[in-house]
Amino acid sequence: MIIGLDVGGTHTDVVLLDKQGIVKEIKVHTDATNLFKTVLAGLEKITLDINPKDIKRIVLSTTLTTNSIIQGKTPEVGMIVSSGPGIDPMLFQTNKHFYPVAGSIDHRGRRIEKIDPDEIQSIGRKLKNEGVRYVGIVGKFSARNPSHELEIRRILRNQFDEFFLGHRVSGNLNFQRRIATTFFDAAVFPVHKRFYLAVRRSLDQQGMNIPIQILKADGGTMNFESSIGFPGQTIFSGPAASIMGAMAFSPKEEDALIFDIGGTTTDMAILINQVPLLDPLGIELGGYKTLIRSLKSKSLGIGGDSVIRIIDGQIQVGPDREGFAMIYGGNKPTPTDALAIMGKLEDVDTEKAFKGFESIASKLGVPVEKAANMIFDHACRKILTEAEKMVNEINSKPVYTVHELQEGYQVKPKKIMVLGGPAPYFAEHFEKISDYRVTLVPRWKVANAIGAALARTTCEVSLFADTERGILTSPEEKYKKNISTDFTREKAIKIAFDLLKHKAVETGADSEDLEIELLEDQQFNMVRGFHTTGKNIRIKAQVKPGLIHRYQSILQKISD
Amino acid sequence: MLQAKRKTGLVFFPAFDWAIDPTHPEREERLLYTQDQVLEEGIFDIEGITEYKPDIVTINDVNRIHFCVPDCWHVMTESHFISAGGAKTIGMAVLEKKVECGFALVRPPGHHAMRVVHGARGFCNVNIEAIMIEFLRAAYGIGKVAIVDTDCHHGDGTQDIYWHDPNTLFISLHQDGRTLYPGSGFTNEAGGPNAAGTTLNIPLPPYTSDEGFLYTIENVVLPILDEFKPELIINSAGQDNHYSDPITNMNFSAKGYAELTSLLKADIAVLEGGYSIEGALPYVNTGIILAMAGLDYSKIREPDFNPEKIRQSPQVTAQIKEVGKTVLATWRTREQLREQLQKTAKNGFVERMRRIYYDTDGITELQKEKIQVCRDCGGAIRIDTSADTGSHVLAVHIPIDACDKCIEQGQQWYEEAGSDPFQKAFLQNRTKDKFFEKNLLRR
Repeated sequence: MIIGLDVGGTHTDVVLLDKQGIVKEIKVHTDATNLFKTVLAGLEKITLDINPKDIKRIVLSTTLTTNSIIQGKTPEVGMIVSSGPGIDPMLFQTNKHFYPVAGSIDHRGRRIEKIDPDEIQSIGRKLKNEGVRYVGIVGKFSARNPSHELEIRRILRNQFDEFFLGHRVSGNLNFQRRIATTFFDAAVFPVHKRFYLAVRRSLDQQGMNIPIQILKADGGTMNFESSIGFPGQTIFSGPAASIMGAMAFSPKEEDALIFDIGGTTTDMAILINQVPLLDPLGIELGGYKTLIRSLKSKSLGIGGDSVIRIIDGQIQVGPDREGFAMIYGGNKPTPTDALAIMGKLEDVDTEKAFKGFESIASKLGVPVEKAANMIFDHACRKILTEAEKMVNEINSKPVYTVHELQEGYQVKPKKIMVLGGPAPYFAEHFEKISDYRVTLVPRWKVANAIGAALARTTCEVSLFADTERGILTSPEEKYKKNISTDFTREKAIKIAFDLLKHKAVETGADSEDLEIELLEDQQFNMVRGFHTTGKNIRIKAQVKPGLIHRYQSILQKISD
Repeated sequence: MLQAKRKTGLVFFPAFDWAIDPTHPEREERLLYTQDQVLEEGIFDIEGITEYKPDIVTINDVNRIHFCVPDCWHVMTESHFISAGGAKTIGMAVLEKKVECGFALVRPPGHHAMRVVHGARGFCNVNIEAIMIEFLRAAYGIGKVAIVDTDCHHGDGTQDIYWHDPNTLFISLHQDGRTLYPGSGFTNEAGGPNAAGTTLNIPLPPYTSDEGFLYTIENVVLPILDEFKPELIINSAGQDNHYSDPITNMNFSAKGYAELTSLLKADIAVLEGGYSIEGALPYVNTGIILAMAGLDYSKIREPDFNPEKIRQSPQVTAQIKEVGKTVLATWRTREQLREQLQKTAKNGFVERMRRIYYDTDGITELQKEKIQVCRDCGGAIRIDTSADTGSHVLAVHIPIDACDKCIEQGQQWYEEAGSDPFQKAFLQNRTKDKFFEKNLLRR
């Protein structure tokens, strides 16, 4: 049996699955001030009366790291940044203890200017005096040559609790994002580690000595232990859980929109022939753009509990939320109250909703029932408009070769799949007001937790060969080798795949269940003075986000 | 988060699968390190910098400017349609006020491509700036345009296209033609009888450094632009004046390019040449983008930058000042210059004969060009062109603002054209934004 747990803004959903389908599904209230308690309560409740020996896999999707960043509840960390010429690194400052230092590496990974050990020592002393225990070290072009980052760590070794090096967060180029990502890793490390220890202890006490997996924003998992060094990878996994929950039921050979309508937000995503789109660079969180791999999704501040306002006769739903809907004891009217007035909800106190809608109705100059309909219709139309904007944005994404432009795939979804608490009511109305075919994701109330439970371990590797310099390197994987001039792209691809498989298994994948593909495969002749002097090869490969094969059989059962 | 002071649009189209031939300077690898640098600097993440997908130009867009012989398909590849399309995309974004300015980082380049195209010259097949400008004129009714060509090579293609157009000011700064391809661009090349003085050439001596370029921009180019009052300023932003460029002899730096960009304040920049693909382009392009966006570029520097090593000599400085004086004098006496040239007319027409060599494709073209002298418009143009490929065609151009007399003359030339000696006749009637062609081959 496997457990999937997804922490949401309002509820935390937990499911227990076996090959027969859903054994048990529960919801616990999310206590944002104590997520440890929320998660442990969810796990305890779902395993009640279950033999711990029967549980083989646990996947958690939590908002712990996301929240600590958004709320700024992170400890002081030190950032040491070696830039060299270019944009002033102070413009990329992430936090108070942020120190640009000497040292420079160019686009081919050649050392241009050395690190100054005295400067590093002196910054080390300053950081220690300031009580900093976690240090991020980031160099420009360290994804091509990590030697400066390694050297700085060597100089400061034994002086701090933990170091986070920029070249380990991603093989992609983007100095500013590398800085932000490394900062996130350092900043959420302590809370993430405490969380790991708490969950581990709790499971051990219950006799569940099995690996725990944690969901990432790219819709894949990694084992909890491996994530300790890269806690930033666990940021923002919520939308991914829902997308994975919908993916198995989406149409083949067709594009579909996924709407996860929660209390606070509606998360939107696109599936192309059952495959979720990856964001080309990474997550943006708290004003920082990162290199954290992520599924492409868009979060809109419209949910069942969004605040409704009438400003100059115009309806505004969200983007904020102030507690519950009035029918559940809140103070402000919400779309959920509108649904109650429309008679869609059973066993609720519609009286409260009517009362809450009086001022809205009078501002709109219509009866309360009409106002409720207008509000609900407005929210649905807004969601559709934003979804279309997202599709247009994806279709206008720049591409880099003639071939791609000519073959440029245009996303044209004709189907919408809805999940989340109020999914059925929204789905019904979407169908009414648009030309889309609209369906509910099977088990729409907990599809997100099912998605987390069934997600496969994913990862990515980048490999870079420069035969003129005789170098083959993948800094992210701590891989470096000398190569001769006859090195080929075919060899590079094979090595990239080997590195990828190794990394996948290390981080929790089943070696029998790896779906791998090339993301980038480019080779350039390097010409100097009208002679070919070498080859510049760039390979990127990934384990595709997807669902674990062993549990394919239950998908049919779930949709029945 | 970093925020641009001027909203800036970018098209980045490195054509990673296109080269003239595998070891040619104009090859796949050319913008590879620029891409690395731009990505690592996170340029596309800057608030206010928008990256656009390049459009593809249409045959109509090309036919506004060029007479492709025998037709567009023979002289263009997909990459040319996209490269010109990238410039067009930026032009549209600027005129629709989505951005204040923009840079088309595209290849292949275009400033050596002339009005008639039999093949490739100087790595160029079609003139991507001209295609963009004439599209903008047709679509948005733009009038006066200034092009400042800062490529190290004389922009002889752009000069040819706008030689007779008084509404397009073309200023080219380049290494002296006695020392570099294409061997033209001297101060006495100043435009035809209807447009003398709106073509201005500023040949700079070899080893001109930042000082000389910036002096020329401030003291020659900017005053002329102020007087001309263009609605749009285009920068043909070649990057081969860089001190590390392998095929030129100048001493310009990345920071110098950024300063030039911030002085010139072009609405649209279009990449031209530049073949120091590792030592210059990554830094020059980053500098240009930051300068366009109004951001600090003071920390942009090449790894081997040494201002002492590239400083220009006093002789070079003196020569530059002399050239500047000559150019300003030409500009100030443009009316007299036009009158003088118009006096040379026979029966109201001025003719010139030219031999044009297409170095990239090894083609030689012979041109007889005839223009109707006109005080009311740019004047109708008749070009009798033959090449050693065996092609022989007649090309007639009626300018966008043509007077009735020039429209009539252009029509007459086109109608008169017969199969002896022509295989084909073309007519660009820009007053109607229409292109006509007729096949004259005898069966």
